[in-house]
Amino acid sequence: MFFRIALLVLRKDFAIEVKSREILTMTLLFAVSCVLVFAFALVKEGEAPPDAAPAILWIAIMFSGTLALGRTFERERYGETLRALLLAPAPRPALYVGKLLGVVSLLGVAELVLVPLVAFFFGAPFFVKPLLMLLMLVAGTVGFAAVGTLFAAMLMRVRTRDVLLPILLYPITVPVIIAGVRGTAALLATPADETTATMWLAIVLAFDVVFITLSLWTFEVLMTE
Amino acid sequence: MKDFESVQLNDVSRHFGRRRALARLSLTARAGDILGLLGPNGAGKSTLLGVLSTIVVPTTGEVTYGDRTARRWGAPLRRRIGLLAHELHLYAELTARQNLTFFAELYGLNPAAVVNAALERAGLVDRADDDVSGFSRGMRQRLALERALLHAPRLVLFDEPFTGLDDRSVAAVTDRLRALAADGAIVVVATHDLDLADGLVTRVALIRDGRLLADEPAAAGLRARYRAVVGN
Repeated sequence: MFFRIALLVLRKDFAIEVKSREILTMTLLFAVSCVLVFAFALVKEGEAPPDAAPAILWIAIMFSGTLALGRTFERERYGETLRALLLAPAPRPALYVGKLLGVVSLLGVAELVLVPLVAFFFGAPFFVKPLLMLLMLVAGTVGFAAVGTLFAAMLMRVRTRDVLLPILLYPITVPVIIAGVRGTAALLATPADETTATMWLAIVLAFDVVFITLSLWTFEVLMTE
Repeated sequence: MKDFESVQLNDVSRHFGRRRALARLSLTARAGDILGLLGPNGAGKSTLLGVLSTIVVPTTGEVTYGDRTARRWGAPLRRRIGLLAHELHLYAELTARQNLTFFAELYGLNPAAVVNAALERAGLVDRADDDVSGFSRGMRQRLALERALLHAPRLVLFDEPFTGLDDRSVAAVTDRLRALAADGAIVVVATHDLDLADGLVTRVALIRDGRLLADEPAAAGLRARYRAVVGN
């Protein structure tokens, strides 16, 4: 029942996005622009500053992710469809998980473009330890999106939601982003520092568990008017 | 699951910050009733529907569905409630069929068994695979009404159900509401359209500034009664 509902919400969001391509286009455009601005500012005569790549990658994920989160819930605001979801006899945390999976999938697609782009402009060897790098990206994205999905849903009825979302989201997700940057940097080092990367990955995973547990626990209460 | 025969609000108040939307309101709606919530804009009708639908939690007081509160019923109660709100709860980017299929699955229904019949009742069979964004307000309203009734709810809550409807559709909705009440549903309709409410509702609750001014059986001359109790 729980995962059936979550997948149903994910499938519905996917169907809407396939038709409109609104959020994906906007997220990709913003993420790519972000990387291009950094590339033009920092890369001099074909030489990128050392250790810039992980920071730029995670900044692009964080900023474009904020944009995607806002738009995902803006869609539920038209026609008050979130109310309709909450009124259904489905477990409300399942609705949260469905929306979270949608945001993570969207950011996953954005990362498919971002990682090669950052690798190209900043000469970063992202594919030396592909499995660890993939885990780091997935874990960091899930941690960021877990809190973001909760806050975006919570702020849906607030007039100043676009301002409040980053104000609330960034301070709380900063540990995940820092751990993501440090873990990614360890993997991009020559030679790759697997021990350090694994330690940062463990920290990100621990944050994921805490964030998701708290979000599942509080979603129903926070969504009740 | 045993259905409830009545819904009772006991001394329900609801505040939004310092604004009082409902003030110590007590009211009962029974199976077979079409209860009209009548009052001017901002009277608290939509908040009251929100409270009845369990989406809005009262600041004080309680609502009982049969002999149990919403908290005691839990999620199964929501399977017995259908809400047609002023905002239509439809995804504009999806087709009429996709909308109905999604909500049918959300309520654990077999879409094949309910969606086509709902499209037929809404008069949208020919437009079933068109995006809702291209529909007129009346078409959306008819679709939203069927969406709200897909799961054959016991408690039917309608907020201004006649908005955007032409005369024929108004007649169809009116007949539908009467049929629902005849089948034993508890129907609550919030409206400020006294002409349409007159002759349709079987009880009236007159509300102003969140207060219940009168709760009585409907009788002829609803407009005059409304003017006398609520004012213009």
